[in-house]
Amino acid sequence: MNAGYDAATVGVLWRRDLVRFFRQPSRLVGALAQPVLFWGIIGSGMAATFRMPGSEEGYLRYFYPGVVLMVVLFAAIFTTLSVIEDRHAGFLQAVLAGPGSRASVVVGKVLGSASVALSQAALFLLLAPAAGFPLASVDWPLLALALALASVGLAALGFAVAWLVDNVQGYHAIQMTLLVPLWIVSGAMFPRSPDHPVMAAVMRANPVAYAVSATRRALGGPDAPGTMPGSVGRDLAVLAAFAAVNLALAVLAARRRGARS
Amino acid sequence: MHAVLETGSGLPGGEPARLAAEGLRFSYGDRVALDGVSFAVRPGEVFGFLGPNGAGKSTLFSILAGLLAPSAGRLLLDGRPLDGSSRALRARMGVVFQEPSLDAKLTAEENLRLGAALFRVPRAEARSRARALLEAAGLSDRARDAAGKLSGGMRRRLEIARALVHRPDVLLLDEPTTGLDALAFRRTWESLRSLRGASGATVVLTTHRPDEAAACDRLAVLSRGRIVAVETPASLLSRVAGDVVVVEADEPAALAGEIAARLGLPARASGETVLIERERGHELVPRLVEAFPAGRFRSVSVRRPSLADAFLHATGEDLGPEARP
Repeated sequence: MNAGYDAATVGVLWRRDLVRFFRQPSRLVGALAQPVLFWGIIGSGMAATFRMPGSEEGYLRYFYPGVVLMVVLFAAIFTTLSVIEDRHAGFLQAVLAGPGSRASVVVGKVLGSASVALSQAALFLLLAPAAGFPLASVDWPLLALALALASVGLAALGFAVAWLVDNVQGYHAIQMTLLVPLWIVSGAMFPRSPDHPVMAAVMRANPVAYAVSATRRALGGPDAPGTMPGSVGRDLAVLAAFAAVNLALAVLAARRRGARS
Repeated sequence: MHAVLETGSGLPGGEPARLAAEGLRFSYGDRVALDGVSFAVRPGEVFGFLGPNGAGKSTLFSILAGLLAPSAGRLLLDGRPLDGSSRALRARMGVVFQEPSLDAKLTAEENLRLGAALFRVPRAEARSRARALLEAAGLSDRARDAAGKLSGGMRRRLEIARALVHRPDVLLLDEPTTGLDALAFRRTWESLRSLRGASGATVVLTTHRPDEAAACDRLAVLSRGRIVAVETPASLLSRVAGDVVVVEADEPAALAGEIAARLGLPARASGETVLIERERGHELVPRLVEAFPAGRFRSVSVRRPSLADAFLHATGEDLGPEARP
């Protein structure tokens, strides 16, 4: 009986985020325009000075997988931000008073956010040929799996932060100081340098780096420049652990039946 | 059963309650919001909690809606305990929050259908119920408009319709007409009655509006986290003897003290007025006018008591500025 209500709750929240996303043309345009501008402007600015050691890789091609991850990261941040208002003055209130469990609320919202993030990434990936990755040569199953795990992990983290912080300014402060630097030192913008062991260590401990690495492999082959040491299997294992830990964190946060007063 | 009688929550003659509470307590740190609240609601009745802001209404509502766990006490639905693990039982309740809980970007109909899906109402059934509820709420022609584009009164009616889409046995509403004008208030109550329709769901609500309290079958008077009386609106009103003499003054507190001292009358300051309960109130008017020099007050009038007066009488507390006639 309860399992049926949980499935219903997951379905409702998941569907709702997708319906809302595809109904707002401005969000669709923004979802495409922002990364294109970012990729084009920073990419061409850096192109003249960027030299990848031991590779002929141009910067626009190098930067492209990093921008795919940026799309996923920002989408996860912005879609889970809505949890804060929605919980006290919005649809989520009604869901929380309904018969679904708190865990089903977390899973439904995270799947909704992750699906929006993946839809945005898919739009941007239509430009892959322009970056030098022909669509036919892309390992789509690997790409889908890597981005799905990354977006679930990031959306779950966003949910947990939103629930615990419970105010919009605090949420932005935490996400911008935590996630944006993680993206920057993920190998998305510049490769690991053997001259900076500290940076290399930070990168090894950074889950976003494994997401960028798996995306590079899916787009440019298993030994694409800028990937993490180790195999694609390790990239995916780290991402799966990242998603699982953050989901658990979000469920724990949401189980607290506290009142804001 | 003995416990029920001791806490004073039972219905007379052992009549079974649809929704009951026994000794609910809750504190925010040192501040006690609910101090042992017990009550019993009959099946099919409209039961209101009347009290000013800060009386504990919102806390009580959050506990009834399952969003807050009480630090002591328990809730019973048809005699069965209602706690965090009784979600199937919770599915028999419908909740309308004071804050909006519609999705403003989705249409009125979509809001109803998502609400139905949460409670596992089959799809075809949800479609026909949504149509019927929109009709009863007077929103048939707005079915395809985004909820955010509806007026405040319309959104209230849609919220109530959404809370009833799974045909709950108990409809729970938190201050359902706060912020609505008199016309929207009447329309909300009309559609609440027609939405409830033949199903006859039990209605439990919180309010600080005397007009809303008057629409209830029974009222629990809530003051400082305690229930001080559970009565019908008529019996609560009959506690106020005769008329209410209303004196508008610049310094109501000082004037109330003086009236009490010089005329030996039970005068209370309430907002910018002094209220005096009195049988044959009109006879008091000339006495007041003669006893105080010109300028001490702006006007004196006599009116029939309202539930706001009855609340003041029962608790010594004011319901708040919105409740004044």
